[in-house]
Amino acid sequence: MPAAATILNVVVSGILTGIVYGLMALGLSAIFGVVRLVNFAHGELMTLAMYGAVVAFQKLALDPFLSMAGAAVLFGALGYALQRGFINRFVHRPEHAQMLLMLALAIIVGNVLLLAFGPDARNVQTSYQLDSFELGPLLLDKVRVYAAAAALVTTALLGAFFRLTLTGKAIRACADNPLGARVAGLPVAHLYAVTFGIGAATVAVAGCATVQLIEVTPGLGPAYTLLAFVIVIVGGLGSMVGALLGGLIIGLSEALAGLLISPSVKSMVSFGLLAVILLFWPRGLLGGRR
Amino acid sequence: MGSLTRRAFGFAAAGALATSAVPRRLRAETPKLKVGVLLPRSGLQAFIGQSCQRGADVAPELLRQKLGVEVELMNADTESNVDTARSRAERLIEQGAHVLVGAFDSGHTAAVAQVAEQRGVPHIVNIAAAPQITEQGYKFVFRNFPPAPEIGRNGLVLLGDIFREAKVQPSTAVFMHVNDTFGQSMAKGVAALLPTLSLPFKLLDTIPYDPAAKDLTVEVSKAKATKAELLLLVCRLNDAVVLRREMVKQRWSPMGIVSPGSPGLYEEQFSKGLGKYAENCITNTVWFNPKNQLTHDFAAAFKKKFPKDEFAFHGINASYTFDAILIAADAFKRAHSTDHKALAEAIRHTDIPATDRVSFGGPIRFNAKGQVEGNRSVVLQNLGGKPTVVLPKDYAEGKLVFPMPKVG
Repeated sequence: MPAAATILNVVVSGILTGIVYGLMALGLSAIFGVVRLVNFAHGELMTLAMYGAVVAFQKLALDPFLSMAGAAVLFGALGYALQRGFINRFVHRPEHAQMLLMLALAIIVGNVLLLAFGPDARNVQTSYQLDSFELGPLLLDKVRVYAAAAALVTTALLGAFFRLTLTGKAIRACADNPLGARVAGLPVAHLYAVTFGIGAATVAVAGCATVQLIEVTPGLGPAYTLLAFVIVIVGGLGSMVGALLGGLIIGLSEALAGLLISPSVKSMVSFGLLAVILLFWPRGLLGGRR
Repeated sequence: MGSLTRRAFGFAAAGALATSAVPRRLRAETPKLKVGVLLPRSGLQAFIGQSCQRGADVAPELLRQKLGVEVELMNADTESNVDTARSRAERLIEQGAHVLVGAFDSGHTAAVAQVAEQRGVPHIVNIAAAPQITEQGYKFVFRNFPPAPEIGRNGLVLLGDIFREAKVQPSTAVFMHVNDTFGQSMAKGVAALLPTLSLPFKLLDTIPYDPAAKDLTVEVSKAKATKAELLLLVCRLNDAVVLRREMVKQRWSPMGIVSPGSPGLYEEQFSKGLGKYAENCITNTVWFNPKNQLTHDFAAAFKKKFPKDEFAFHGINASYTFDAILIAADAFKRAHSTDHKALAEAIRHTDIPATDRVSFGGPIRFNAKGQVEGNRSVVLQNLGGKPTVVLPKDYAEGKLVFPMPKVG
C-alpha cells in the first residue's frame, strides 16, 4: 500500500485532471444536448486549438492561458459558421449521414494539421510550466491547477449563460422541444449555430488549457474524441454537470487504478466503468437532466 | 465492347507489351539495387523514423563512391502502425523492391519480416530489438542490430562501469519501461540478467507504462514513492519527455536516470524540449564507431546533405540504417544479381570487417539465424545539450557526471 502522501497527491492530481477532462467533454455534451448531433470531430477541433495556442506562443509570445479568450472568440465564430453553412443541412438527415459528415470533418482537420505542421510533436514552454505549489506533503502541478481553475470558470460562465440570458433560455427551449421552439417563432437554425459555436469555444478553451500538459501532434484528435465520449456517456449525454462529473470520475478512477493496481490498467478501468454505467444507468449518471 | 475490334485489341496488346518491355531492357543495361526502406516517418515515432531516413538518404551517393554500386531507395512510411507497415511492405514488393530495409519499431519490423519471408524477399532489419524477429527460423530476414537481451546485458554491464568510474554506487533502483514489444523484451532481459550481474543496487519496483500515455503523473508518483536512488528507464521519445517533465514537477531527483539501451534520452527533441532538465541523463546504448574512416565519411556526407542537423543526434538511427543498406549493397555487389534468392544467399555470407562499418561492433557476419553478434554499446551522457560518449574511456569524448546534480 503506498504512503498516505502519495495517495493524496495522486488523488488531487486525478481530480485536477478530471476537471480538465470535464471541460474537454463539455462542448461535446452541449452540442449533443441541443443540436442532437454527435460531434466526431471534437478531438480534432481541440487539437486545432492546441496548435493555435502553440502558434500564438511562438509568434506572439502569448501565454496559452491568456490566448484562451481570443481562441474562444475565434472558435466560436468558426463553430457558428460551420453549423450555419454546413452542418445545419444535416440536422434532419439520418444519424449515419451526420456521423459520416463529422468523421469527414475530423479527417480533413487532422490532415490539414499534418500538412501544415508535420508529424513532429510541438509544445509550449512557459517559465512556470514545470513548477508546483507545495502545500505540506501536497505538490500541486501549477499548470494543472490553472487549467482546472479555467475549466471551473468556463463551466460557471456557460451555466450562467444558459440560465440567465435570453439566448441561453431560448437554446434550452430548443433543446427541450425543437418543434415548440419553432412554433413559438424562435430562430432555431441560428440558435443551433450559436450552440455549436459555444461548443467549439469550449473546446478551444480546453485546448489552450491542456497545451502545456500534452505534446501536440496532428494525430491527437481521435484519442480525445474517444475520451470525451466516455466522459459524456458516463456523465449523461446532453448534461453539462454530467460532463464535469464524468470527467471527475474518469480522472480520479484512472489515477487510483494506476496507483493501486497498475498504470497499464488505467484505460481498462475507464472503459470498464463505461460498461458498468451503461448497464445500470443507460442514460448516464445525470442523463435526462439539464 | 462492340467498338473494340480484334485488330484494335491486337495493336493495343502489342503496344502494351512493347511499353512494358522497354524498362526491363533498360534495367538490364544499368543494374541498380532497389531498396525498399520502411520507416515510421509520421505518427508517434515520426521523429525517430525521420532520423533513420536521413541515414538512408545519405547511403546511395556514399555507396556509389565506396562500392561502385547503384542503389535506388523506395521509401515507404509505416505511419507508426503495424498494419500499415505490413501493407507498405507488400506494396514495395509489388513495385519491384529487391531488398527491404526497416522498420525501426519491433512490432512493425516483425510484420514486415513476416511479409518478406512469405514472399521470399530479403529483409535487413535496421533497428528493432525484439529477439523473436530472428528466432522464427526465417530464411530471408537478417539483423545487424543487437536483440533486446544483448542490449540490456551490455547496458547493465556498463552500469557497473559507470559506478566504478564515478566511485559512487546507488543501493536501490526502480525500473520503468514502456509496455510495447520492445519495452517488454527489454524488461524480460533486465529481469533475467540483473540477478546474474552482481550490481550493487536492489530493484525495488518495476513499473510498466503506455508509450502513448499523455500523462505519467501516477507512474512517476509510484516510482518516487519507492525512494529509489536510481531510475532505470526503457523509454521512447515522447514518453521520455513527459516522464522527465513529471519528475521535475514532482521534484524527484534520483542519483541518476539511466537507460540500459533504449531510444528517447539522447534524441534531439528530448534535449531541445527539456533544456537543462535533459542534461546528464545517461543511455548505455549501441552507437557509431567514432574511430572508423567510414564513420567520418558518413558524418561528412550527412552534414553535407543535412547542414542544419547535428550528426550526434542521429547517431544510432542514421548509422544502423546506413549499415543495413551497406549490407544490401555489399551483397548485391557480390551476387551480381537482383534475384531475391541470390541476394539472400549473398547477405547470408556477408563478412564486413569491423573497420568498414559505421555502427560500433565487430565484423558484420550473420549467424545461422540471420543475426549479427558482437555489436557493442557505449555510455552516452547528455552534456552541453549533446549526447556525448563518456565510456569506454578509449572512445570517450567527455567526462562522466554521476551522480547527476539536482536541478530545480
